[in-house]
Amino acid sequence: MAALLETQGLRAFYGATQVLHGLDIAVEKGGITALLGANGAGKTTVLRALSAMVRREGLIRFEGNAVNAREAEEVARLGIAHVPDGRGTFVDLTVEQNLHLGAYTRRDRGAVANDLERAFAYFPRLKERRGQQAGTLSGGEQQMLAISRALMLRPKLLMLDEPSFGLAPLVVNDIFKILKAINEEESVSMLIVEQNANLALSLAGYAYLLETGSIVISGPSSAVRADESVRRVYLGY
Amino acid sequence: MSEARVASPERVAEPEGRALRLGAIAVGIVIVVGLPFVASGYHTSQFSQVVIYAIALLGLNLLTGYNGQISLGHGAFFAIGGYATAILSVKLGVAYGPAVVIGGILCFAAGFAFGLPALRLGGLYLALATFALALATPQLLKFKAFDAWTGGVQGLLLSKPGAPLSLPLTRDQWLYFLCVFCAALLFWATVNLINSRIGRALIAIRDHPIAAETMGVDAALYKTTTFGVSAAYTGIAGGLSSLVVGFVSPDSFDLFLSLSLVVGIVVGGLASVWGVIVGALFIEFVPNYADSISDVLGENAKALPWAIYGVLLILLMYAAPSGAAGTAKILIGAIQRRRRSSTNVALDRKAASGDQTS
Amino acid sequence: MIGLVHQILSGLAIGSIYACVALAVVMIYQATHLVNFAQGEMAMFSTYIAWALIQAGAPYWAAFFLTLVFSFLMGMAIERWLIRRFEKAPVLAVVIVFIGMLVIFNSLAGWLFSYTIKSFESPFPEKFALGNGFMSPHELGSIVVTLGVLALVYAFFGFTPLGLAMRAAAQNPVSARLVGVKVNHMLAIGWGLAAAIGAVAGMMAAPIVYLDPNMMGGILLYGFAGALLGGIDNPWGAALGGFIVGVLENIAGAYLVGEEIKLSVALAIIVGVLVAKPSGLFGRVLVTRV
Repeated sequence: MAALLETQGLRAFYGATQVLHGLDIAVEKGGITALLGANGAGKTTVLRALSAMVRREGLIRFEGNAVNAREAEEVARLGIAHVPDGRGTFVDLTVEQNLHLGAYTRRDRGAVANDLERAFAYFPRLKERRGQQAGTLSGGEQQMLAISRALMLRPKLLMLDEPSFGLAPLVVNDIFKILKAINEEESVSMLIVEQNANLALSLAGYAYLLETGSIVISGPSSAVRADESVRRVYLGY
Repeated sequence: MSEARVASPERVAEPEGRALRLGAIAVGIVIVVGLPFVASGYHTSQFSQVVIYAIALLGLNLLTGYNGQISLGHGAFFAIGGYATAILSVKLGVAYGPAVVIGGILCFAAGFAFGLPALRLGGLYLALATFALALATPQLLKFKAFDAWTGGVQGLLLSKPGAPLSLPLTRDQWLYFLCVFCAALLFWATVNLINSRIGRALIAIRDHPIAAETMGVDAALYKTTTFGVSAAYTGIAGGLSSLVVGFVSPDSFDLFLSLSLVVGIVVGGLASVWGVIVGALFIEFVPNYADSISDVLGENAKALPWAIYGVLLILLMYAAPSGAAGTAKILIGAIQRRRRSSTNVALDRKAASGDQTS
Repeated sequence: MIGLVHQILSGLAIGSIYACVALAVVMIYQATHLVNFAQGEMAMFSTYIAWALIQAGAPYWAAFFLTLVFSFLMGMAIERWLIRRFEKAPVLAVVIVFIGMLVIFNSLAGWLFSYTIKSFESPFPEKFALGNGFMSPHELGSIVVTLGVLALVYAFFGFTPLGLAMRAAAQNPVSARLVGVKVNHMLAIGWGLAAAIGAVAGMMAAPIVYLDPNMMGGILLYGFAGALLGGIDNPWGAALGGFIVGVLENIAGAYLVGEEIKLSVALAIIVGVLVAKPSGLFGRVLVTRV
């Protein structure tokens, strides 16, 4: 398994408090990996650590190269797109402006224009609202916008923080179908943080279960799904 | 065995600490009382100004340090107090003592009145509004319609009062002791206020305004009253200043006066009663000191003190944001900890040798 | 009637200067939630630089543009080496730093250029070729220059990628970083722009109020009043507010309170807006989450 991203002994700190206690995580190239766990397990912190948004220690390798000392704004230039929890859309800017910002670091104008059309192809509703202020979009539409903005980077790795949060099940299903399509058609590797274990396991090929900052279970989704404790606590049966 | 170790260091430190503190206070009293007899008349008035600034800073500190309301315009209250004292004594023949007190009361009313709209304003906005007040003050004082009372651009001259009961003191010395007396009273009042329920309410409003409200603290009343009290202190200082200096004029109450007061509480340390003394010494003497540096460097001398002031301010905020008092507290804390751990080591050795012999 | 029209027109002229100051103040406020109390003194200092260049023989517009460049770099440097160090400091500490800056610029100008009042030439002719209209050429010129500046800034923020990135950085620095925007860079550029716009205000004001280190105090106050009136988080509202304040000041000065205490009008506007409608005429009402 060729790892696009891997961590060794990843630790993260909010001020003086340590919240991640030495994690070893790997995201397979071209695959989808899920990070599961309850509220407060540290899943969001993992993504923040990878995006250099919190103080972190330990080894992080992307495409085989160590990426330890990067600033948050340089992570995007590596080809890692992070859709934060709460979507992080620029609510006062239009849909189109949000998308253009996603491509901020790119120099290839023509390709950017194409990618804009491709985003609209995946999410026709965004095309309808391209001139609207992002803050006026519904929750589902904002999530679509957030994902599209991340895709405008032409990322190698897409990190999503709780994409299903606050959305109606039908909308979530739509979005996850599109994510699968994007993964297969564009070969974008994904790391998805989800509280909804069922959903995540149906999309991802590999999963890690976090509890209070440490990994307790990891393995292929089928194995994780079959695990007794996971079934009882996180899948509800 | 271990209980003894915990108890002893505390008891060892206490009588020493108390003796030190009493000693420092005694020395302080000697200096304060003896000063006007060894210093020249000019220097004595300078120290009177230090005491006056200390009173003003006490007031501003109450508002900004303990209650968290930023005021960049306290010079306005200094002006009201100064002008009130001058007008009362010069135009209305009121004795200087009552004149200063009435000035203080007027300032309380003015401060309370300003505090009412200020309730709506948080940090930066209040700073902005008071900044505007400071900028507008000299112009307001020069308003032609009030010329008959304020003396217009020239201002008003006051005569320095002499010592009562034919005490053998010069005017400067008498004024100095008057200021010290007022300061002592106000310091005593402030210390008691801070340590009372009211003081705790003020601090609660500063740090957790919403929580304070839910606990039944009437934040609005406290905040406006604090504004009033703070203005009153500064007004009394202004009144005393008009006596010490001998005149009031619009341009002596400009923006830079208000800024000096802010510098004073920051240098001394916010929320520190004793820090205001350091702050007052700073704002009285540093401009003078900077003056003598600039004498060497050429004309436009009056410019440099303020440039140095500004640089010092920024450095202070960077290196010692808690001011003199805060830094002192940190140092004292560090010294005490080192004392305690070395006492522990001594006791450990004693215990060990004790074990061996028994 | 003619008097009133004249008051309004010259109110707009002085208002154009306030509009520039208001715009500069709001630009920094939007990006950092800080009020730059030293904005006036920075503008004054820039104007002295222009004066020095003209004294050295430079033609007016060359001096004008060189001063803009200087001010831009000065603003960037201040953000990069001073303000950024106080990113996480409490409000009062930052206010003190601004006051320190105010004081340093003021005294530096006094030391380097002396306190004697100097005259600063206007690039516009003394009189109109076609006889005296309702305003002087300088007044008209100020309005035109200001509108030009406002148009350029509007175009920059509305239509360029850099402008878009700066808006994003100001609104949501976290998300901006995630798309690769160097937020600190954007802050520095914002400060540079604000300083340059302030310099325009200073250079337009100097022919009217004469060049001296304390010239911008009152103007800054009116700039604040305009910014608050228009809405401190809305740059265009703030600029409009500046124009309105200019007109109000003139009318109040001529018909209501008299010329000498016009500053109290600014004070009244500031306190009035803050108490009655803190978000100003065109700003957004902010709801604080408890």
